Formats: sequence, C-alpha cells, structure tokens
Amino acid sequence: MKSFDYFSPKTLSEASEILSKNNGDARMIAGGTDLLLKMKAGRLAPKAIVNIKRIPDLRGLTFNSHLTMGALTTLEEIKGSPIIRQHYPALSEAAATMASVQIRNLATVGGNMCNAAPSADLAPILIALNAVAVIRGAKGERRVSLEEFFTGPGKSVLGVGELLVSLEVPKQEGRSIYLKHSPREHMDIAVVGVGIALQKNSARIVLGAVAPIPLRAKKAEEEVMSGSLTKERIERAAKIAAEESKPIDDVRGSVWYRKKMVEVVVKRGLMELVNSD
Amino acid sequence: MAKKIHLTLNVNDEHKELLIDPRRSLLDVLRNDLELRGAHRGCDSGDCGACTVILNGKAITSCMTLAADCDGDTVITVEGITPVDGLHPVQKALVEEGGIQCGFCTTGMVMTAVALLDQNPHPTIEEVREGLAGNLCRCTGYKKIAEAILSVERK
Repeated sequence: MKSFDYFSPKTLSEASEILSKNNGDARMIAGGTDLLLKMKAGRLAPKAIVNIKRIPDLRGLTFNSHLTMGALTTLEEIKGSPIIRQHYPALSEAAATMASVQIRNLATVGGNMCNAAPSADLAPILIALNAVAVIRGAKGERRVSLEEFFTGPGKSVLGVGELLVSLEVPKQEGRSIYLKHSPREHMDIAVVGVGIALQKNSARIVLGAVAPIPLRAKKAEEEVMSGSLTKERIERAAKIAAEESKPIDDVRGSVWYRKKMVEVVVKRGLMELVNSD
Repeated sequence: MAKKIHLTLNVNDEHKELLIDPRRSLLDVLRNDLELRGAHRGCDSGDCGACTVILNGKAITSCMTLAADCDGDTVITVEGITPVDGLHPVQKALVEEGGIQCGFCTTGMVMTAVALLDQNPHPTIEEVREGLAGNLCRCTGYKKIAEAILSVERK
C-alpha cells in the first residue's frame, strides 16, 4: 500500500476543508470495507485518508415524520434497529442480506452509497422508498433525491469537499420488499437486486446490479399502476422490467441470465407484496 | 514514508500507547506490536473471519480495519476472554463437541460466537449459522461448530 497522510477531523467543516485542500486525491474512510480492499489490491492509492468516524454530525438514527439515518449508521444497526424493523422492514432485510456480521459492524450506509457500486444492496430499496441524500460541503447543505445521487459505477454527485451527511426516508403508507439474487446466501454480492415499494398512488421498482447505476424500471412501474395487480399484469410488468435493465456480462452472470433473473425476481417481489396484503 | 501517528488502545483491559504507520491494520498491530497472535491472518480481505476481534463490543474483521481508525477504542482478543487457568465456555464447548480440527479458524469462530452469545444468549440454530456466515472453516464442515455454540448455555 502506498503511503498517505492521515487525518481524523472532529467536525464536518474540518473534514470538508481537508478534502478540498487535497483536491480529489483524498479519500474518506468510514467502515473501510470497500476502500481498504481497493487500496490493498493497489487499485486505489489516495494521498490522504480522512477518517470521518469521529464526526458526531454523521451519526444518529431518528424517526418522527420521516427516518433520518446518519451516514455512519452501520449495516448491522440497520439490520437490528427496532425503528427500522417496524417502519421499513424491507430496509433491514436488505441490510441482512449483506456480507457477514463482522463486515456489517464496520460497513456504513454512507459508504454503501458513496462507493456507488452498481450492486450496492441498500441503493435499490432506499430509492424505492424515495430516500433523499443530505450533502454538506463548503458552500453549505444541499439535498438530492437518492435516485439522482448515482452517476456511474463508483461515481456520485458528490463534489470535492462534499460529504454525505445523512439519508432521509419518508414515512411509508404501503408495503415494500427487497429481494437479492446471488449464488450464495451470505458473503456475496447481488447478481440482481430488486427493491419495490407499492404505495396507494405510486409504485417504485428499482433494479440493482443490472445497469451502471441503480435503475428505476419506470415502464414496469406504469404497468403496475395501470390496473389491479392480477397475476397477468405482474408477469407483464416483470417482463417489461427485464427489457428496461441494462446488465453486462461478467463472472457472476451473463446479460441473458441477468435479464431473465430480473423478470423472475420482480415477479416474485410483486407477488409477495400482493399476497401479503 | 508516511508520517507516524499516535495511537491509544485499550486491549484486553490494558492501556496501550503506540506510534504507528497509518497504513497498518488493527490485525497487524495486535499481532506484531502487541504480540497477541490469537487473531489470525487468513484472507486479509474480510472474507474468512480468522482475524475476528471484538471492537467496542462488536465482532469485526481486524484485517479490514485501520489501526489508526481505532484510536481510543476498546479491543478484546481471544487472549482477553481466555481465563489463565482454563477455557472460556465457548472454547470448552468447541473442544468437547468436536468443533476443532486444525484450529486456524477457531480463534475467529470463538470471538464471533462470544459476541453473538453476548447479544443473544439463546440463539436458534439458524441464528448461529447466520452469525457464523463470515467465518470460514475448511476442516469441520461447520456442523459441529454450530452444535458446540448451541451447547454453550447447557454447560
């Protein structure tokens, strides 16, 4: 591993200043479970590492009119939080599908977003739940719909010196689900991940690992909203979602297979939501 | 050379002050500076769990943790849970139920199980299996390890 300068700021403004000074050559570390892997493999060699774990503003989990999750909330906290389990069960189920308890105790929701892996498990469900990313930098705070947060594999709208502070998730009236398809039950990334949230007047279907960014299957959503959710309509919506996905061939699955699995998993998710009503 | 940084740790109830290169993992510092060799280096990428220690009450992979990030934190290693004149109930259970063969994964298994039982003293077999998902063992086939952990409360 190449050497780097190490910083451990106590405030957001201090962190933002260090990141700006290093002009893109600095990396934030929280859980480190993605970053350290890349650094150990020599795929990343930042000049500076900024430990953001000592910044109190990035912590906290509160629920009143909506859920606010500090960026440092760990995957294990999301899995176990009674608030999340009660009001957003699909979110804690998504966290439960990830890695192992040891990694979930380190890895954070902020890291899962900012690494912007196309297969990030929390992205499809959080987008389906209509989450908002709260971002702070030298110029102040801005809020971006999580759907707009990702711009490509490993890329997000975060500018130099900006930090993801928290995620806000509106109260849900309907039901939601996250289904992950991967060869192994644990310790594996998604071949296809599907987050679905059905509300009274909206349906959001978000596909993970089958496009450069988590992808809303908007035509499939329209199909779902076009009438009562019969088995035939669900099957049509699932087929449409598969057509909307843009997967690549890789070691985990071919384009053909991934599209087929989008169809299978979207159908399964919608059926489960309908049957649980 | 990276500039060295000061690190304060509480390891197995002992206060430690160190001067380290910020690139080093917690595992590396535990094994080489503090000579606590119970946590093992297996995959060095967070997959195998052989390096599991308890950081601030939670099981983590110490290979995937920068030591520098743990300044002021509390670490418990397998040495810290092992009584001077015997074994921890989890260790005893693994011995008695045949949950040990070569032993390389054992210390990580023990630490994961200790943290699991701490939070959930009466786990189901599914909870034990799920809890051990991040600990690989090439010898035992896991069955006896899971059974050993289930047997702890009876011992």
